[in-house]
Amino acid sequence: MPTTGKVKGIISNLVIVDANGPVAQNEICMISIGNTKLMAEVIKLQGNQAFMQVFESTRGLRIGAEAEFTGSMLEVTLGPGILSRNYDGLQNDLDKFEGIFLKKGEHNFPLDENAVWEYKPIAETGDSVIAGSWLGEVTENWIPHKIMVPFKFSGNYHVKWIAGSGDYSINDVIAILNDENGREHQVTMVQKWPVKIPVKAYKNKTRPFRIMETGIRVIDTLNPITEGGTGFIPGPFGCGKTVLQHALSRQAEADMVVIAACGERANEVVEIFTEFPELIDVRTGRKLMERTTIIANTSNMPVAAREASVYTAMTIAEYYRSMGLKILLLADSTSRWAQALREMSNRMEELPGPDAFPMDLPAIISNYYSRAGYVELNNGETGSITFIGTVSPAGGNLKEPVTESTKKVARCFYALSQQRSDSKRYPAIDPIESYSKYLEYEEVKDYVSEHISSEWIDNVIKVKDVLLRGREGQEQINILGDDGVPIDYHIRFWKSEVIDFIILQQDGFDAIDCITPLERQKYMLTAVLEIIDAEMKFNTFEEVAAWFKKLINSLKQMNYSSFKSKEFYKYKKDVDEMLNEIAKS
Amino acid sequence: MQNIAFQKIYTRLTRITKATCSVKASGVGYEELAVVHGRLAQVVKIIGDEVTLQIFSGTEGLPNNAELMFLGKPPVLKVDEDLAGRFLNAYGEPIDGGPALIGREREIGGPSVNPVRRKQPSQLIATGIAGIDLNNTLVTGQKIPFFADPDQPFNQVMATVALRAQADKIILGGMGLSNDDYLYYKNVFENAGALERIIAFINTTENPPVERLLVPDMALAAAEYFAVEKKEKVLVLLTDMTLYADALSIVSNRMDQIPSKDNMPGSLYSDLAKIYEKAVQFPDGGSITIIAVTTLSGGDITHAIPDNTGYITEGQLFLRRDAEIGKVIVDPFRSLSRLKQLVIGKQTREDHSQVMNGAIRLYADAANAKTKHENGFDLSDYDNRTLRFAKDYSKRLLAIDINIDITTMLDTCWQLFARYFSPEEIGIKEYLVKKYWPKSREN
Repeated sequence: MPTTGKVKGIISNLVIVDANGPVAQNEICMISIGNTKLMAEVIKLQGNQAFMQVFESTRGLRIGAEAEFTGSMLEVTLGPGILSRNYDGLQNDLDKFEGIFLKKGEHNFPLDENAVWEYKPIAETGDSVIAGSWLGEVTENWIPHKIMVPFKFSGNYHVKWIAGSGDYSINDVIAILNDENGREHQVTMVQKWPVKIPVKAYKNKTRPFRIMETGIRVIDTLNPITEGGTGFIPGPFGCGKTVLQHALSRQAEADMVVIAACGERANEVVEIFTEFPELIDVRTGRKLMERTTIIANTSNMPVAAREASVYTAMTIAEYYRSMGLKILLLADSTSRWAQALREMSNRMEELPGPDAFPMDLPAIISNYYSRAGYVELNNGETGSITFIGTVSPAGGNLKEPVTESTKKVARCFYALSQQRSDSKRYPAIDPIESYSKYLEYEEVKDYVSEHISSEWIDNVIKVKDVLLRGREGQEQINILGDDGVPIDYHIRFWKSEVIDFIILQQDGFDAIDCITPLERQKYMLTAVLEIIDAEMKFNTFEEVAAWFKKLINSLKQMNYSSFKSKEFYKYKKDVDEMLNEIAKS
Repeated sequence: MQNIAFQKIYTRLTRITKATCSVKASGVGYEELAVVHGRLAQVVKIIGDEVTLQIFSGTEGLPNNAELMFLGKPPVLKVDEDLAGRFLNAYGEPIDGGPALIGREREIGGPSVNPVRRKQPSQLIATGIAGIDLNNTLVTGQKIPFFADPDQPFNQVMATVALRAQADKIILGGMGLSNDDYLYYKNVFENAGALERIIAFINTTENPPVERLLVPDMALAAAEYFAVEKKEKVLVLLTDMTLYADALSIVSNRMDQIPSKDNMPGSLYSDLAKIYEKAVQFPDGGSITIIAVTTLSGGDITHAIPDNTGYITEGQLFLRRDAEIGKVIVDPFRSLSRLKQLVIGKQTREDHSQVMNGAIRLYADAANAKTKHENGFDLSDYDNRTLRFAKDYSKRLLAIDINIDITTMLDTCWQLFARYFSPEEIGIKEYLVKKYWPKSREN
């Protein structure tokens, strides 16, 4: 008999229930209110009292209301049909809800039970299989969606029977497996998995080595992220965190993109809803929405479901990674999730840690980031989850618990700078503060020398040095005045401005400039290095500024022109002529 | 069960603080309303049989044997067509001497709009103020606050924007409004002949602070009625949200919650988001646009209230006094409208985005030149030209007393570019320069 109980206390979305039997931490419980039921998760147990966070508004809930424990943790439903959907944090399909407003206690099944999928088997009768082994395949949009042995199956199994090619719906049995004791288990195309437990159905996790192209120059050229890598973007409001994440979701070279809109603005999600079904993925020629799944739990949706939303997104990503796919997972913003944890911890009157966040916040963040990664599957194929989260530090101060905890685990740090944003230098990623640890990986270095060029990493380091020296030059000029420093300081500063305007700054709203393929990035880096290496002589500092402004203008027009077009070469010629002239004088 | 709760009268309060009281009771719903000693209260905590209520008008003089009666429902507003033109208090009761409200009861602080039922905002709101229309274009369905120090004329600018915005309804939510400012709004709307489009929910400094907590929800319940059921364009003005947040901190403090940054409750972000996210564009034409005021203390935007607000709203507008021209301007550096990209160059001329950025870059160069000058360095010819440009730009475009259309704003920018600079110094796409660079310079 399932455990039941009665509501004993209500403080906002914290509800205390007296239970009449065994209850597990994180168990899901349904609480009756009127004719519907509210979903809640156990977050603390004390005697026979279960403390629960309710995923919906508790308005109107009464003491004594019936509560029924479900015996399972919060689970997601995994199967074909997840792509292109818009879910809430609990994996309800938002499009299936009727009416303008979200109604309390409404839940729905996240997949389409009537859809028919063209299935073909991969495994054969007699094959030995384990959790995550590929049994068959359907085509979902354009992705080969593998039907796997459910992750919950532990131990070894044999395929006793497998369905032949044909049309099936998700609840049809497509295989019968025998376990070690000879017991039979039916497998359909659907399985469930608790979101807070990492899916481990792979052989091992290896160090990432391959650069994931994003088309954003300041990332790809200066601070590259790898397939299976982790990164985070902290920045004060108004510095372009969300614009940057949207650019990543549109442009990154991934098979699938999962976006967790966690506690942020609804209009930003609407932008994705509106644009992704129209925009074309330049690499595949398919609509962007075809490779995207959105988990939308915006800031006005129930707070407790924010935490669930990031885990739901991660579990969906892990499911698709097990099919040997490259997944990009984006979460905007992890700070909102941390704040949700803080609100609950506060209501439970726990002793607070720094800034009233719960003490175990660093551990929670680090466990979550660790679920990303590049994995080798049991069948030798590989898959990856690249995770990039945004952080919204209070007051823009990076010395706050969420930023500090994240910095310890994420390998790429894209610091957005208020100063760059104020002077409209977008994307406002600070070139000196930001870093990518992957540039130090031997595996990455080998990959880069083979696939881009052997000097690439040296050149990138050189560019970073020029930027640093340029900033020093500028500081000297600011202190001593334009004519108080040697002309060399001006040249040094303006060379760094060339990098800033041509490599770092990128017009996200221009159809051509918004995405720069790696090949073009390589071309532009070479062009910029020529300028950096050129010897120059000027008589006055005014000449320096005037000459460089003209040069930057021509280089900028190159960025706005189609790569290697007539126009593009015309501006390149202008640049070359200017360089020749300055070399002669 | 509701009826039983409705009829029973409790007469023994077990605990009274400055903002809350507790009573032993059963069968009470969370967030239900009650009347204590003739004052309205709302359930904020129930543990076993102890129910804690926040009393909106405060607990001064409340005896512990006061009569308490639960009303069996959360706070509501009575809505129908006749709501238009009414001035009400925080409870939705008339303060204009008119008859009591009739109409259907609508729950306030109700559920959120399903994000897939929203439409992407795409309708420009023209205000005639170039600091807004040119640099920080507003869009219906947007939510944006003025970040202003108390001495700045934000109420005047907001009233101007509201009247020019061509909204079907203007809903004013006044929280801790001084009586003078309340009368100012009333006069401005009356003089403009707009009273029949106005609905106001007013909590002045004379009213108890906790009452303010009802104002945004009341204003937005009215807004939802007109936007959803009447498909109207509704503009909601909320002033001052800092005083709203202060009231939140009073209540959380009385309930012994652990404060987070700046003594604000840990739930401040969610509390503010619930209000601002009511801004919405519906596919059938109805919309709610929110323009709010968040007063700052000494311009500090790192304080928890403006900081959390900035993360929620779609931009912010800053006002600043420009001593050079002796007028208040909309600060082009710190102001931002996040939704402007949805309309500029689409509903406005193609050169909008490039001209806007070009002008702001030059204005930034002028600011640098000014610093240089103040530090005692010589200015270059370019520096001097940027300074002259900045003064003209400020006077002819940024000042809040401007009222011109967007095409005129763009043409004015090109005139100023041509007067002080050569095309390469502007950094604008060449084909736009060819098309719009003035053939003759104005004098």
